[in-house]
Amino acid sequence: MNLDFATLTDLQKALRNRAVSATELTQHYLTRIDALDPTLNSFISVQAEAALAAAGRADERFAQGDTRPLTGIPIAQKDIFCLQGQKTTAGSKMLSQFIAPYTATCSEKLAHAGAITLGKTNMDEFAMGSSNENSYFGAVHNPWDPQLIPGGSSGGSAAAVAAGLCAASTGTDTGGSIRQPAAMCGLTGLKPTYGRISRWGMIAFASSLDQAGPMARTAQDAAILLEHMAGHDPRDSTSLNEPVPRFSEGLDNSIRGLRIGVCREFFTEGLDPAVERSIREALAVYESLGATLVDISLPHTPYSVSAYYVIAPAECSANLARFDGIRYGYRCSDPENLQDLYQRSRGEGFGEEVKKRILVGTFALSAGYFDAFYARAQKIRRRIKEDFVNAFEHVDVIAGPTAPTPAFPLGEKASNPVEMYLQDIYTISASLAGVPAMSIPAGLANGLPVGLQLIGNYLQEGPLLQAAHQFQQATHWHSLTPPEAL
Amino acid sequence: MNNLVNEKTLVELSTLAALPFEPEKSKATLDALNEVLALVGQMQSLDVSNVRPLAHPLERHQSLRADAVTETVDPDALSQNAPHYEAGLYFVPKVIE
Repeated sequence: MNLDFATLTDLQKALRNRAVSATELTQHYLTRIDALDPTLNSFISVQAEAALAAAGRADERFAQGDTRPLTGIPIAQKDIFCLQGQKTTAGSKMLSQFIAPYTATCSEKLAHAGAITLGKTNMDEFAMGSSNENSYFGAVHNPWDPQLIPGGSSGGSAAAVAAGLCAASTGTDTGGSIRQPAAMCGLTGLKPTYGRISRWGMIAFASSLDQAGPMARTAQDAAILLEHMAGHDPRDSTSLNEPVPRFSEGLDNSIRGLRIGVCREFFTEGLDPAVERSIREALAVYESLGATLVDISLPHTPYSVSAYYVIAPAECSANLARFDGIRYGYRCSDPENLQDLYQRSRGEGFGEEVKKRILVGTFALSAGYFDAFYARAQKIRRRIKEDFVNAFEHVDVIAGPTAPTPAFPLGEKASNPVEMYLQDIYTISASLAGVPAMSIPAGLANGLPVGLQLIGNYLQEGPLLQAAHQFQQATHWHSLTPPEAL
Repeated sequence: MNNLVNEKTLVELSTLAALPFEPEKSKATLDALNEVLALVGQMQSLDVSNVRPLAHPLERHQSLRADAVTETVDPDALSQNAPHYEAGLYFVPKVIE
């Protein structure tokens, strides 16, 4: 069995059949990380010793027949999830020495299910970015072509899975940070309904938008991971108290009769023609599987980027106020007084993009501008939500491109923030509405992966994953691997 | 839309955000802020009168629980991240002369 790009589902079987041991599998990935990550920079830290110790315990469980669903499965975790006793940086100089005093609920749940954490993956600082060029620990390179960006902000999590450095990974998505890198690295990435997965222990960027989710090779793998990440958590007051379905069951059911909304606002100027071709072909595959395509409009989509770039910075400016150089985090040297300590610690500890967003958020919340910016953005957010509520009266799933272009060269958009922000033009509206959305591989444009975005109604991750799985039964795009045979 | 942020506003925003005002970077920062604010200015063209703001995407209220201690925190684990911590105290520069 070729372990490099095996699915989580295949690895579960191989471990149960004792075709491979958890220790062998973990060592296999650690060897690949050693060999390939100097090129990719997808990990900020690797916990080889702890991972091998956990693998040893997993092998004991297999010997005793006392296994859990993910026993022995090595995964990587975005470095935004606190893991007790381990460095948790959020890609920032501010937290470059921070040792988490507790473990995030979703990471704890994955560990409880048996998953082994190989290490923490690189990311845009505090999850602010669409290219993974904003990390204090350096840019991540796309395994499909190391001259290209992997997408962001969960770029390390995407690159690590795409390069076969782990079986799957965790990511977070505030405006597209799971879906866009999944699209650019040829993966399946899911942002669940807002509140489906606890945010406790996940370093906050924009609290009304942040949501964790799985990044994997297939919809089936994503479904299994979601089952073990989701669930009510009394420690997160926005966590949904809803039952968690067995998402991996029912994936094989036919999607005949599924009504797929094709949103006309997603096919506008700025969409790369080669990406559009792949998306149209993917929609034709759905028709051949018995789904019906329905032309729909989400009329407020054009306002989503502008509303998002008020709401997210406003929340970030409040959330990042906690970094004061006193209780934890970076402190400047030789502060002259308390004010100097605050300002220089934050000025030296945060990167340029983070500081810019804090200033934009401070502006949007300041007296005289609050109504014209923040309150207005929250009203537009309601309009965007209503668009989805209306659409889901007529369709079951909405489909379109995840990103307007395939992966682009490192540095190409770094000096053009607006062009960078428009990378998320198709993903942001689902984030603002809080509905679940995912990206699945749907073709190649100029040899690079294209992501098809599927958006579902509130709490309907099951039908979404079923639609994705059925597509993957009929196509081979999800099984493609980077051409360099990393 | 005219530039919303000028150097005076930038100084005020920097103070509010507890960030240093760096005169040598102020032009680049002003350009970047005004570019973002021009982008978000697009939302001014939409009529949102009689629309209520949406704070929670599912319109749920935050859940409340009994006001009882549920977590115990290890002060040693927390304080090891503090830049300057001694004898159970967080140290800062002298505030009162």
